[in-house]
Amino acid sequence: MAEHKWTMIVDLDKCTGCQACVVACHAENNVPIASETEVVRGRGLHWIRIERYWEGEFPNVKAKFLPVFCQQCGSAPCEPVCPTYASYHSEQENLNIQVYNRCVGTRYCGNNCPYKVRYFNYRAPEFDAPLEQQLNPDVTVRGAGVMEKCTFCIQRIRRAAETANAEGRPIADGEVQPACVQACPSDALIFGDKYDPESRVARMTPHNRQFKLLEHLGTEPAVYYLKGGETHVGD
Amino acid sequence: MLETRTENAPFWEPTVPEDEVLAQQAAHHRDEYLLLDPRPPAEINALMLAAMRRTGPVFWLLVVGLGGMVAALFTTWVIQMFYGIGITGLNRSVMWGPYIVNLVYFIGIGHAGTFISAALRLMRYDFRRPIARAAETVTLFGLAMAALFPLIHVGRIWKIYYMFPIPNQRELWPNFRSALLWDATAITTYMIGSTLFMFVALIPDLAMIRDRTTGLRRKIYGAFALGWRGTEGEWHRLEVVSNILGFVIIPVMFSVHTIVSWDFAMAIQPGWHSTIFGPFFIIGALFSGVAAVILVMVIVRKGMRLGYFLRDEHFSAMGIFLMILAMAWVYFYFAEWITNWYGNLPMEVALQEMLTGPLAPFFYLMLFGNIIVPLGTLWSRRVRTSLPAMFVIALFVQIGMYIERVLIIPGMLSRNELPFNWVNYTPRWPELLITAGTFSFLAFLYIIWTRVVPIIPVWEVYEGQALQGRRRVGRAILPTRSDPH
Repeated sequence: MAEHKWTMIVDLDKCTGCQACVVACHAENNVPIASETEVVRGRGLHWIRIERYWEGEFPNVKAKFLPVFCQQCGSAPCEPVCPTYASYHSEQENLNIQVYNRCVGTRYCGNNCPYKVRYFNYRAPEFDAPLEQQLNPDVTVRGAGVMEKCTFCIQRIRRAAETANAEGRPIADGEVQPACVQACPSDALIFGDKYDPESRVARMTPHNRQFKLLEHLGTEPAVYYLKGGETHVGD
Repeated sequence: MLETRTENAPFWEPTVPEDEVLAQQAAHHRDEYLLLDPRPPAEINALMLAAMRRTGPVFWLLVVGLGGMVAALFTTWVIQMFYGIGITGLNRSVMWGPYIVNLVYFIGIGHAGTFISAALRLMRYDFRRPIARAAETVTLFGLAMAALFPLIHVGRIWKIYYMFPIPNQRELWPNFRSALLWDATAITTYMIGSTLFMFVALIPDLAMIRDRTTGLRRKIYGAFALGWRGTEGEWHRLEVVSNILGFVIIPVMFSVHTIVSWDFAMAIQPGWHSTIFGPFFIIGALFSGVAAVILVMVIVRKGMRLGYFLRDEHFSAMGIFLMILAMAWVYFYFAEWITNWYGNLPMEVALQEMLTGPLAPFFYLMLFGNIIVPLGTLWSRRVRTSLPAMFVIALFVQIGMYIERVLIIPGMLSRNELPFNWVNYTPRWPELLITAGTFSFLAFLYIIWTRVVPIIPVWEVYEGQALQGRRRVGRAILPTRSDPH
């Protein structure tokens, strides 16, 4: 039995598409910044991305923003397909873990991920100066040829768990915040342990605006989206 | 009225009927059918050995040219290892590209060899006799080429041993839930099985060469001939082993391409997740494989002047086989897409729009090469017995089947559930060079192989000839076949 169910809530009504979460994630997790040519080749690399969809015809267009990152599926399509167990399910944190050292780069997990949130290191990572001076020592810099993806900032979860354990208490709600949540100016991202009944995440779900991304695929994501825009009903 | 006659003369000296009409009939049979045109085994052996020894300027030009392409293949691979998969055109949605296409394609052409050889052997179709080894060789080298591609494809080739079940201190095994592991297991089994199957049938021919060479060659061929003497007991055991291996290899063959299709069908990628993929891939593999064997037959017959062995009847039989497979392929393709089209699910509509939109030239070329060309021409015996026509038709099928895999792998991957991630794929030079290099590598190994072993199993040919007889029915003399098995 897993001790925690780390869960994210994305309130689309509050998301302004500012991409602060993207920048914070790059800084926290040593995500290399793809060059312009790489992006043109369809190899933009972000653990969290803001998908922008346009609705309506010009001039009456509306942009809709959808932050997408690893959904930490309960029944993850990426896990069984990995031949080397590089992609596996952590019992303790209830997360999908990617073991970089174990990855040989078959990229099967990337194909099987319907959210396309798994990124492959097509090249060795490069950090333009002075970014190489601010790499996070808690996070591995991944080499060429391995898959990577959002971890819900597992280094922060581990640190909080160790601190709480040393002090002989459970992890308090809000003690762990992934970089994206911390950076979100409009409080659109909410993070917590769903198994802790007092946590904000547990109290907010079920929510009358809630849905899960591509729920029909049965992947059981740990991310809840709250509908935004004109579909807004209730609070 | 039936008349039987015990012939005391050796089988290569059939009696010529006295009646003029019957003699004409017999002469016609000699012209048309290999097995009714018996010659002394010594003559057939000499014919085969002469073809193997012949290495003209074209041969050496091909060796050098194809060898250069092989060097290009390995150079590109090393460059790719050094700089990463980034030098290819793959992107964050299309993570599998031509490398996996080549894997499927080469396993596919590897299918026909064993099928022609094993299944037709067990069903006692005599037209397979001179074709069997050329087909098995396609299997052998096709599989060898296919086995290259998982290695070329992965991001970190130097860690590939994580995929092998090697005992280690961490007690960490590969993940047997992964279709890639099933795939590796199936391909390895098939490779071992088909190599054994080929080797067993090769023993009498190796012994034949051993007895006709001297010095080092004699030693090498002698070692591989395993001391074959040609006793009745040895022939009997050869027959038994070939039959057992034939029965074993057919289910393995079916399982291999089913499992290759499961690499795709087990994934939830739209366009891949389909129950029909197993049988569909098997038919596609046989289709492209038989076409590959026809290509090889044309080249071998022309290049090695083996018109005595490979006759119109063999091209005609293979043409009919190809046509039947074309019909089966059309059926599966139709069954797959009509359900998708009628179901009208958004993702599948997006895929159809991809096929008839950006990929339309390829899609229609595939339909032309796989349907119109074979089904429009192969019904005619004149086409089936014309070497240039068969070459062109088989080439169209190859192109069509290659494109089919391109449409399935990078084509389908470029469309997925969230439209934000729709990225089209364009190959860059490493994929193109490695693909061209692999085709050259296959051809390179093949032409070397034709000079090392008899590409026609001569013992099977004169075994077939010895089993033939003639029987007079009224005014006609009909060929018969005695089957001691």
